[in-house]
Amino acid sequence: MAVIQPGDLNTAHGKSSYKDPDVPGFFARWFYSTNHKDIGTLYLIFGIISGIIGGTLSFYMRAELAAPGIQVFESEQAYNVFFSMHGLIMIFFMVMPALIGGFGNWFVPIMVGAPDMAFPRMNNLSFWLLPTALICLLISFFVPGSASGNGFGGSWVMYPPLSTTGNPGPAFDFIIIGLLAAGFSSIFGAINFITTILNMRAPGMTIHKMPLFAWAMLVTAFLLLLALPVLAAALFMLFTDRIDGGTAFFNPALGGDPQMFQHLFWFFGHPEVYIMILPAFGIVSHIVSTFSKKPIFGYLGMAYAMVAIGVVGFVVWAHHMYTIGMDVNLKAYFVAATLVIAVPTGVKIFSWLATMWGGSIRFTIPMMWALAFIFLFVVGGVTGVVLANAGVDAYLHDTYYVVAHFHYVLSMGAVFGIFAGWYYWHGKMFGYHYNKWLAGLHFWTFFIGVNVIFFPQHFLGMQGMPRRYIDYPAEYAFWNYVSSMGALITAVSMVVFFVVVIEAFLMRNKRRVADNYWGEGATTLEWTLPSPPPFHQFNTLPRIK
Amino acid sequence: MRHIGTSLATLVAFALASTASAQVAGRPVERGIDFQEPVTPVAEMLVNFHHVFLLPIIVGIVLFVLVLMIYILFRFRESANPVPSKTSHNTWLEVVWTIAPVLLLLVIVVPSMRLLYFQDTIPPADMTIKATGDTWAWNYAYPDFDAQVEEYVSNMLDEDTANQLDVPYLLASDAPLVVPVDTTVKVLVTSNNNMHSFAMPSFGIKMDAVPGVVNETWFKVTKEGTYYGQCSEICGIKHAYMPIHIEVVSKQAFAQWVVNGGTFDAPADIAMTEQPNMESASATALPK
Repeated sequence: MAVIQPGDLNTAHGKSSYKDPDVPGFFARWFYSTNHKDIGTLYLIFGIISGIIGGTLSFYMRAELAAPGIQVFESEQAYNVFFSMHGLIMIFFMVMPALIGGFGNWFVPIMVGAPDMAFPRMNNLSFWLLPTALICLLISFFVPGSASGNGFGGSWVMYPPLSTTGNPGPAFDFIIIGLLAAGFSSIFGAINFITTILNMRAPGMTIHKMPLFAWAMLVTAFLLLLALPVLAAALFMLFTDRIDGGTAFFNPALGGDPQMFQHLFWFFGHPEVYIMILPAFGIVSHIVSTFSKKPIFGYLGMAYAMVAIGVVGFVVWAHHMYTIGMDVNLKAYFVAATLVIAVPTGVKIFSWLATMWGGSIRFTIPMMWALAFIFLFVVGGVTGVVLANAGVDAYLHDTYYVVAHFHYVLSMGAVFGIFAGWYYWHGKMFGYHYNKWLAGLHFWTFFIGVNVIFFPQHFLGMQGMPRRYIDYPAEYAFWNYVSSMGALITAVSMVVFFVVVIEAFLMRNKRRVADNYWGEGATTLEWTLPSPPPFHQFNTLPRIK
Repeated sequence: MRHIGTSLATLVAFALASTASAQVAGRPVERGIDFQEPVTPVAEMLVNFHHVFLLPIIVGIVLFVLVLMIYILFRFRESANPVPSKTSHNTWLEVVWTIAPVLLLLVIVVPSMRLLYFQDTIPPADMTIKATGDTWAWNYAYPDFDAQVEEYVSNMLDEDTANQLDVPYLLASDAPLVVPVDTTVKVLVTSNNNMHSFAMPSFGIKMDAVPGVVNETWFKVTKEGTYYGQCSEICGIKHAYMPIHIEVVSKQAFAQWVVNGGTFDAPADIAMTEQPNMESASATALPK
C-alpha cells in the first residue's frame, strides 16, 4: 500500500502551498455542489434520513410480529407495503448512498491523490437523482396500488404477475420511476468512480499501491455498471407490461414468461448484494490495519479476492430461485458456483485476522465495529453456505432462516461497515471528535439489539416459518417475541446514535482533532490532510514513492 | 416375548413423546429451534445432511474464527504487544487458507449433490395430484381418480372455526389434501394468477406455483398423520392465509375416501363396494 514520506508533504501539497478558493454561499454550496466532499456529506445525510424511514418501517413490522394475531396494522395490504418499502429503501436509499455515495465520494479521490472526482457535475446529478427517486417511492405509499389499498405490497423483488396484474394501480409505477432514477444515479456514480480511479491517481500511485477502499469501490463500480442496466431493462419491461394492450414479456397468457423476470432481477440482484458489502470490506480493511498498527496482510490477495467475488457474483444468481422449477443440472451448477464464493470470502476473513496477528491492537470505537463486522459476517456467511445447497434450500427457501442470513450480512455486515466508517472518519470529515463513552454505548446496544432480533430468526426458519407473513401460528410466538424485543433495543440504540451526533456537534469547538488523530497505523492519504480537509485538496499532486 | 417387545417399544415411544412433547409431526413446535420432524425419505436425507455435514462444519468455522479472534485480541492487545510486527506476507499461509476451504466445500458438495438429485429425480409414481395456487386458496385435483373426486378448493379455517374444532388456526383448512401413506405421489404445481409456492416442511419439499408453468415434485410419506405447510411465495394480501394441509391416511382409508367421492363420511350404501386398484391408477397417471 502507498507509503507517504513525511518530507514529501511540505513540498508537494502542504497547507501553505495553496490557498482555499472562496467557499460558495450556503445555497450554492449545498444545492449546486460539484465538490466531492460536500456531495459525500449530502449522501451521508440522505442515507441517514432514508435509514430513519426504512428503520421505522421495520420497527412497525416487528411490533406487529411481537405476538400472534393482527394488532398494529389496519390491513394486510399495509403490512405488505411496509416490508416491501423497507427492503427497497434500505438497499437503494440507505446502504448504497451511505457506503458508495457517502464514503466513496469523500475518500476515493483523496485516497488516490486526486483533487476531485473525474466528472464533478455528473456527481451532482448522481446525488440529486436520489432524493427525486425517494420522493417517487414515498408518493407510492399514498396512491392506489391494488384493489386492497394504497401502496405496493409485492416485496422488493417485484415478481410479476403480482407486480403487473396483481398491482395495477399507479403506486408501482411510481416505484418503477423511482428505481429507474436511483439506478441511473448509481450508473452515473459508477462511471465517475471508474474514471476517477483509472485516470486520476497521483503520480506513483500505481493500481497495486492503491488503498483497499479504493479497490473495493473500483470493483463495486464495475458491478454497478454491469448489473444496474439489467435491472433498468427488467423494470422497463414491467412498465410496458403494465400498460393496457402493452407488451407481454412476463404474461404467460400471451406467451410471456414470469420466470424470465426472476432471472433478470437476480442477475442484477446478486451482484447488488456484493455492491452493498464490498465497500464495507474496504472500510474494515483500513480500520483493522490502522488499529493493529500494521500494513494489511496479503494486500494483493485482499484486492483480488474482491475482484474474484465480483466476477463470481455474476454467475450465481439463480441460487435465489432454486424453487422456481429449474432443471436439476442447472441447480447443481448454481450450487457449485455459489459454494465457490466462500473461498475468496475466507481469504478476506483470514487476512484480516492475520493483519491483527502480531499487531499492537487498540480497541477504539471504529475497531469495535470492524471486529464485530468480521465475526458477524462469518456468522452470516456460513448460513449462506447452508442456503447455497439447493437440496436444503427446498426447506429453508422463503423462511425466516433466509431473513436471518441476509440481515446478518447486511444489517450487521453492511451497516456495521457504515458505522465503522462513520466513527473512523468522523473527525476527518467534520473536524471534531465524538464522545467515546456515548459511542461505546451506541455500539454495545446496537450489537446486542441486532443479534437479539436476528439470531432467533434462524430458529423460526428452521421451524419453517415463511417470510412476509403478517400473522403466524402460535408455536412461533416465543422467538418472534424475543426478536421484537431486539428491535426495541435497536431502536433505543438508534436514539443513542443521534445523541452521539448531536452531542459531538454541540461540543465541536472543544474537540478539534489533528490531521492524523489515529496516529501511527493510519497511513493513507486522507491522514496527510487537515481535519476537515480544505475545500479543494491536492492542488499540487502528491507523489507516492 | 413379542408382546413384551411391543409394549416396551410403546413405553419407550410414550416416554419419548412425553419428554419431548415437542415431537408432533407436521407442524411447528413451541420454542422449537430444529427442523420439523421429517416424514419422507427426502426430508430425512435433508435433515441428516444438515445435521451431519452442514451444522458441524458451520458451527466449527464460527467457533474457530471466534476463538482465534479472542486469542489474537488478547495476545496482541496494545499493552501486551506495544511494538507491532511488520509481517505482511506469508505465501504458505495464504495458500493454506485458500486450499482448506476448498477441501471443506468438497466435503459439503458431494452429499449436497446426492440430496439434490434424489430430491429432484421423480421416481415412478403410484399416483399424481395437482395443486393449483389461487388468490388465496389451493385447489387440489386427483387426475388418476377424476371420475370419483372432483377438483376442490381448500380454504383456510377462520379463527373461530379452528378454535371450535381444536385445530391450529392459520394451518388447518376445511378440505385437506388426502394422500395414502407409503405411496410415491407426484405433485404437479401450477397457479391460476399470482405466484404461490407449495411447501411442506416435514416432507422437505417446496415448489413454486407459476402461472403458465406446471412444476413437479414428489413425496412418499412414511407416517400417517396431519401435516401443515404454508404458502411460501408472496402472493398478495392473503399470503399468510392459504395453508397447505395434508392428511396422510392408510391406503385403505384413502381408497375409501376416493370411493366416497372425496369424503371420509361414507354414505352407507356405497361404502366399500368398489376398491380402486392402485396399480391401475398408476397406469393412468400422467406420463413423466
